[in-house]
Amino acid sequence: MFLVIDTALIIEKLSLIVVVVLTSLGIALYTTFAERKVAALLQDRRGPNRVGPFGLLQPLADGLKLFFKEEITPNLSSKFLFTIGPALAMLTALMTSAAIPWAGKATFFNREISLQIANVDVGILYIFGVVSLGVYGIMIGSWASNNKFSLMGGLRAASQIISYELAMGISIIALVMVTGNLGLKEIVQQQQDNNWWNVVYQPLGFLIFMICAFAECNRTPFDLPEAENELIGGYHTEYSSMKMGFYLFAEYINMIISSAVMATLYFGGYDIPFVNDAQLQQGALGDWVALFQVLCLLAKIVAFLFLFMWVRWTIPRFRYDQLMNLGWKVLIPLALVNMLLTGGVILYFNK
Amino acid sequence: MQALTNRVKQVSRKPLSFWERIYLPAILKGMFITFSHIFKKRPTINYPEKTRPFSPVFRGLHILNRDEEGRENCTACGLCAVACPAEAITMEAAERKAGEENLYREEKYAAKYEINMLRCIFCGLCEEACPKDAIYLSETFAPADYQRKQFIYNKNELLIPHPINEPEAFKKAQGGRVKRETV
Repeated sequence: MFLVIDTALIIEKLSLIVVVVLTSLGIALYTTFAERKVAALLQDRRGPNRVGPFGLLQPLADGLKLFFKEEITPNLSSKFLFTIGPALAMLTALMTSAAIPWAGKATFFNREISLQIANVDVGILYIFGVVSLGVYGIMIGSWASNNKFSLMGGLRAASQIISYELAMGISIIALVMVTGNLGLKEIVQQQQDNNWWNVVYQPLGFLIFMICAFAECNRTPFDLPEAENELIGGYHTEYSSMKMGFYLFAEYINMIISSAVMATLYFGGYDIPFVNDAQLQQGALGDWVALFQVLCLLAKIVAFLFLFMWVRWTIPRFRYDQLMNLGWKVLIPLALVNMLLTGGVILYFNK
Repeated sequence: MQALTNRVKQVSRKPLSFWERIYLPAILKGMFITFSHIFKKRPTINYPEKTRPFSPVFRGLHILNRDEEGRENCTACGLCAVACPAEAITMEAAERKAGEENLYREEKYAAKYEINMLRCIFCGLCEEACPKDAIYLSETFAPADYQRKQFIYNKNELLIPHPINEPEAFKKAQGGRVKRETV
């Protein structure tokens, strides 16, 4: 494909970037609220309900509080890295959203626009690369704080993410064997054409991918890097004010992005279930289909977010050796078996 | 070893079976348990908007009672102060002048009546000691304050609202407690 770079393209992409980043920030804001509400619901409590109707303005109040808190930089910390850490965590969290296709295409101002910031040919690899960079934010921040507990948290985060990335990568290889493509847009289109979502072909792969996604997002039961009651907050022990807010926010954005990736890879992405999207787009609905596609993807993301929270408020944290056992002795062999099986089945049917 | 009670349960040390070892069924079971809690009734009450009813034996802040014509019952006999184990009550008596019959029920009344709510242990012995139905423990809390001296309640703060001028406030201040005792 030959890309003509002109002003219109730059404007198109810039507005897409602004919209996507702002939406994911907005969703992240309300995910913090949803987290507290879901936690309350699962524990027979009521959750935040004081600010605004049903407590809907609570995230704004929380954000304001974080902004007005005193920002403390420890005396013996490395000042530059201390600031870089949360910024890097936030940046990498937001960068992953670039490769995710939010909908098919729509026509604005006589211009056919594909609703994806960048249709990278190696979409999955790009997301993997950027997500792995995310651990640098945690590592740098924890190292720069000059605090034992922070450093412990950072080390745990690094080793955990490295261990689980392996299994995640191998489970993805099996998926790529099925799809024969690395681009996220193509994977979604294939699922639309096949009528079956990839989760049907790769149930075990999805399970492994999901468990690893939990680990990559540092969510319970894999929240050892933070572990409030062991490490007083882990890597963000020394952080305060909005720097801390950035870390917490980055975690929620990571959750949203990995939900989006799971939806895209295994659950048809923006595909509207039980409907042929392409026919609809040519029919009466026209470009409104794109809107429904976005809503569909959002619904899938919300469902995964609920799963994240549901698991968090159900399952207790792993011990560190259990974590490593699960990663190296269970998930990686399982992922390998899954890969070999998939390869064998594909070979058998293609002769 | 001989078991001391019949409630002893033997711990099963069987190695986990395959289904138990993959944990997923147990995790799913746990997740459905937490999920079922979404539909359960919440025991929490939205406090400032809703309040729980007081128990019939609740003993809160004191009120000085009036009769149905609005005259103060208290004759400053001092029995409540004597009965008070925390020595929280002080008073000064005065003689009723002519023309004050609509204010005080009997010839003697309390010119000054103070209860130190920091000393008070809300035991209700003053209520039991009072021969004139003049003091009751109501169904309100002592509110928080920044200064100790604010907790010494004087007669104005303790007196029940006038039953003829402010009948509703009077009813509310009486609560369930006064009625039960006088009937």
